[in-house]
Amino acid sequence: MIEAQQLTKRYGEKTATDRLDFVVRPGSVTGFLGPNGAGKSTTMRMIVGLDAPTSGSVTVGGRRYARHRAPLQEVGALLEAKSIHPGRSAFQHLNALALTHGIPRSRVHEVIELAGLESVAKKRAGAFSLGMGQRLGIAAALLGDPQTVMLDEPVNGLDPEGVLWIRNLLTGLAAEGRTVFVSSHLMSEMALVADHLIVVGRGRLLADTTVHDLIREAGGDTVNVTTQEPTRLREALAGPDVDITGRPGSEELQVRGVSARDIGLRAAQHGIALFELSQKTVSLEEAFMDLTKDAVEYHGSTAGIESPGRAA
Amino acid sequence: MSTTMTLTTTESPETGPAPRPVHRVTGLGVLRSEWAKLWSLRSTWITLGLGLVFLVAVGVIAAMQYSSQFDSGNPMEDDFADSTAVSLALFGTMFAQLALGVLGVLITAGEYSTGMIRSTLAAVPRRLPVLWAKSAVFGLVALVVGMVGAFGTFLLASGIVDGTDAAMGLSDTGVVRSLLGAGLYLCLIGVIGAALGSLMRSVAGGISVLVATLMLVPGLMTLLPNAWEENLTPYLPSSAGESMFALTHDSTTLSPTAGLLVFLGWTLLALGGAAYRMVRRDV
Repeated sequence: MIEAQQLTKRYGEKTATDRLDFVVRPGSVTGFLGPNGAGKSTTMRMIVGLDAPTSGSVTVGGRRYARHRAPLQEVGALLEAKSIHPGRSAFQHLNALALTHGIPRSRVHEVIELAGLESVAKKRAGAFSLGMGQRLGIAAALLGDPQTVMLDEPVNGLDPEGVLWIRNLLTGLAAEGRTVFVSSHLMSEMALVADHLIVVGRGRLLADTTVHDLIREAGGDTVNVTTQEPTRLREALAGPDVDITGRPGSEELQVRGVSARDIGLRAAQHGIALFELSQKTVSLEEAFMDLTKDAVEYHGSTAGIESPGRAA
Repeated sequence: MSTTMTLTTTESPETGPAPRPVHRVTGLGVLRSEWAKLWSLRSTWITLGLGLVFLVAVGVIAAMQYSSQFDSGNPMEDDFADSTAVSLALFGTMFAQLALGVLGVLITAGEYSTGMIRSTLAAVPRRLPVLWAKSAVFGLVALVVGMVGAFGTFLLASGIVDGTDAAMGLSDTGVVRSLLGAGLYLCLIGVIGAALGSLMRSVAGGISVLVATLMLVPGLMTLLPNAWEENLTPYLPSSAGESMFALTHDSTTLSPTAGLLVFLGWTLLALGGAAYRMVRRDV
């Protein structure tokens, strides 16, 4: 369980995180999403005490990270950049960390095996590929058999087999009742593993929701209808939870709150001709873009990528 | 991997929360970790080897040089005029201190330059135990190297200059004290290096400050008014350190004990600065 309260970090003028409030619960995978520079890595560094919050607080298992007697048993973290000395082997690196807690050598071998590093455990970590480096980082995160596993961009640099391995690992850890907190700027990757989502942009909390709700809110349940008589169709569909939009004079309507099937049936009842009736599918990626479009720190030329327009 | 739901108490054999072994961070654990870290890097072996070689080789060469000049019967060069077996043997301290000081910088600043510090401090989030453990472990290693080097070189050098004016034995007044002082000096230089590395968080920065303190500052003192220079110079790290292992002392130098205390003071100052920055600054 990770709890952030009004968590704020400022670097001079720049605000990395701005009064973040969120709770990451055990038993499920929580995705931590946001564009580059949104404050994800800063938040994770504050969780393990590498950065001190300017104000607010964050606790793990009810206490500040540094107050735990065996921090590695509480939180296992993979942080964004390489956090190893290139001159040591994977085994030497893990063993040095294990010694601080009195974690037995057998556990070091266990995580090396778990991460699939047996064949390179004695090689200098400096010679590791990006993917092997990530695996070593994950092995270090699992070393203390922690209650909370926190990974910053874990799929970076992994090959497809490695990506699949991570997915299974994360869902497996969550199924064991652990708290799993994973950051990514790739929504598509998150969609496959995360149940819960915390979305940030420019340091602010944009959404604390489930994957399902996020899609729905982004217009995933919108139906496109094209009809000869838009005004009559509007009347036929009107209801308390129904939201219909469309440009005046246009034959196209966007309907929310009624399924495509019901629209078809009601149009038939009223004898209204329809030319098009389609359920709009919104990918998680689009939902994410829509949510963060105002909070993207580094704008490329994204003009061509239209978010699913709710023409107002 | 087990997929049993173990939210509360169900035991799954390898990962269930209930029967987890209980570990905790201990001072001894951090010391063992730093010990393992020190010896798992090639740079440690190379630099320690270099330090020892400097200490022994330079001392032996100085003794041989002295011996051959003495044997030739010509008047002694100024450099050697007042030499003793001790001063000849400890000639290499100047060079060995650089190797040990630089290695001290490397073991702390190297963690920052590689990113290892994030792993280290995530394991020991209270931070200060890491600084104390690094200083203690490396201080001990530098002490052993310094002592072995100082006594070993003296035995070699005193054999070489046997029968000359410089001849001395371990039983002569002040010899053992000088050699112990030299070993202790090299130990503390290592600790100062580690503290400076941690303070500067950069290998280049740490080495620069170390070299400047030991070699440039004494030279700059000559720019000061004479009275100041005379009063301040003995308290500089380099002069105070030299008093620790010099065989003879005069009015311009500190006594060995005072030298040791002043040098210890500098060491504690560096460690204090390092500790302050370590707990206060993000990594």
